[in-house]
Amino acid sequence: MLPSLRTLRSLVLPALILAAVIGLAHATAHAQDWDIGGSAGVETRIFLDDPAWPGQSDDVQSSIILEGDFRWRSEDRRHQLVVVPWARIDSTDDERTHADLREGFYRYIGDTFTLETGLIKVFWGVTESRHLVDIINQTDLVEDSDGEDKLGQPALRLTSQRDWGRLEFFLLPGFRERTFPGRDGRLRGPLPVTQAPLYEHADEERHVDLAARWSHFLGDWDLGLAAFHGTDREPVFAISDSGDSLHPLYRIITQVSADVQLTRGPWLWKGEAIVREGQGDTFGAFSGGLEYTFYGITASGADFGVLAEYHLDGRDSDPAIAPPTAFDNDIFLGGRLALNDINDTAILGGAVIDTENGSTAALIEAERRFGSYIFLELEGRFTLNVDERDALFPADRDDALTLRLTRHF
Amino acid sequence: MKTLTTNLWRNALLATAAFAVIATPSAIAQDIDLPDWVDSDSERQGYEIAMRSDNSDNGFGDSRVEARMVLRNAAGQETSRELSFQTLERADNTVGDKSVVVFHTPADVEGTALLSHARILEPDDQWLYLPALARVRRISSANKSGPFVGSEFAFEDFTAVELNKYEHNYVSSGDVEIGGETMTVDVVERFPRYENSGYSRQVSYIDQDIYQIRRIEFFDRRGDLLKTLDLTDYREYGDGIWRAHALTMTNHQTGKSTELVYSDYEFDVGLSDNDFVRGVLERQY
Repeated sequence: MLPSLRTLRSLVLPALILAAVIGLAHATAHAQDWDIGGSAGVETRIFLDDPAWPGQSDDVQSSIILEGDFRWRSEDRRHQLVVVPWARIDSTDDERTHADLREGFYRYIGDTFTLETGLIKVFWGVTESRHLVDIINQTDLVEDSDGEDKLGQPALRLTSQRDWGRLEFFLLPGFRERTFPGRDGRLRGPLPVTQAPLYEHADEERHVDLAARWSHFLGDWDLGLAAFHGTDREPVFAISDSGDSLHPLYRIITQVSADVQLTRGPWLWKGEAIVREGQGDTFGAFSGGLEYTFYGITASGADFGVLAEYHLDGRDSDPAIAPPTAFDNDIFLGGRLALNDINDTAILGGAVIDTENGSTAALIEAERRFGSYIFLELEGRFTLNVDERDALFPADRDDALTLRLTRHF
Repeated sequence: MKTLTTNLWRNALLATAAFAVIATPSAIAQDIDLPDWVDSDSERQGYEIAMRSDNSDNGFGDSRVEARMVLRNAAGQETSRELSFQTLERADNTVGDKSVVVFHTPADVEGTALLSHARILEPDDQWLYLPALARVRRISSANKSGPFVGSEFAFEDFTAVELNKYEHNYVSSGDVEIGGETMTVDVVERFPRYENSGYSRQVSYIDQDIYQIRRIEFFDRRGDLLKTLDLTDYREYGDGIWRAHALTMTNHQTGKSTELVYSDYEFDVGLSDNDFVRGVLERQY
């Protein structure tokens, strides 16, 4: 008897992992060729206000962050293995104490195509204050509210570079749930999000998602077109039967996207757009703007960049129908100072302002290296003038300063 | 640019050149098409000498090399970074070479990679890969004069190596000692034709034996001497393909210096245009 389609699908992920392990075993026969690195960091996050919601901790939140980085490639560079294990141990929030394989894949580089299998990390897009078209990897939201931390995505990725652009096909056999702060954690709404997700599709987290992307550059223009069908990385929310928590509900969506950048002198013009079907009415969203850099503002060669971006999102505002977003009709204004010194000192500041109700989320990030191995980051996140109907409102009392010291190896 | 080639300039230059023997430029026999900006004998000579040096590199194909960059401040404190370069020779001299630079240290930037498609007078195309986000950014190449990773090299010192990025003017010939080696050189000043250069002019010392650039003096926009680059430890690969293996850039205004020491070059490693597209930046380490 032939196995059912469902059985076949459920075999895809183990097969990918098996392929990666076999590759790993093969490669460890040349263990001396592994490039081994990693880092260990300590982090302290101080919230400036008392918590807003029952159960939230008022403590200073401290963490230890560990990351390994293991890379191998064959003599002819056609075979590569990348393994990046990662873990955080958090003093306050059990949900923030978590581990992940950020990347763990085998890559074959052929003459006409490249194949990757395992847990991969992929970024799409051009804008700075929102990553609208970026969809392959799930957001590790408990890490940081900026959405830039990602979980490793099980994938089979086939890439082919042609004269007319780069084509990528993704088979995504395993879904990763979004992480959320736990009951003790800050930066959440009145009801904590449970670890009991609901799925629209009967295959649940084993639904096989598909994606494709074309990207190319023509002179000053960089272009990308993509399509995705599968489980949305952003959930909608349903209140639990007991009424004291939220279930994330992951729907099946179809999304097409375009991203474009025009690079002309010190000007970067950027735009991203999506159309998504599957969460209430089909809706569109846009992010776009510019970046202008003043080069050499000091004798030592520092640069100052000015950023302005506009966000518009047509999704339903009911969080039971479409995932909540703070970028429904917002402007981002920011500046970035790069000293271009040997310590890579940089400071980024900015604010996302809702054009309708004035709710504002401001951020400042400063970083520099000390010596060859120590990296120091300071981050501040603040909300101002938040309207109680804005998506920022649940975290209105979660202004925070974060200091992170990382030792690289 | 033309206005800079006055007698005042010439005299100032000759005074600094201080040669023991004033020699003649080595003869160039071939007939060539001269660019539009050439309208004097010294400009024709300067162009021919620079072109012969540039042409000596024709046919290298593609190359790969590891390098160590040592940055020193005025107090002598050092910090270093390791990088590797891959280069694909231009199709012809109306465009520039393509290159990928990958950083291996400091550890926090390991895997950061810069792809450049050098052009002649238009801005270069450049993409930067940041491994932390797995993100490729198309970046502006308007920051020609900005420091490259905090070093005394500017971006343009790497990307503006093409013959036609400059107007050339022959100055003089003579013996000079560079890196402990005495050689006979032709001195050719060159004036950037591309926009946003941090330099009013450069003075290059091209030896008469193997036609390689042995020294470049960089003059800032005010006309003051800013930096000197000495290129030493030249080694020959195959038929007339020479590479310097030690580059020392000294900033006279700050007292800082940067040394770039290369390992042995590998040539004909099988690179093609498809190895110099943004999509390959993520697999460089």
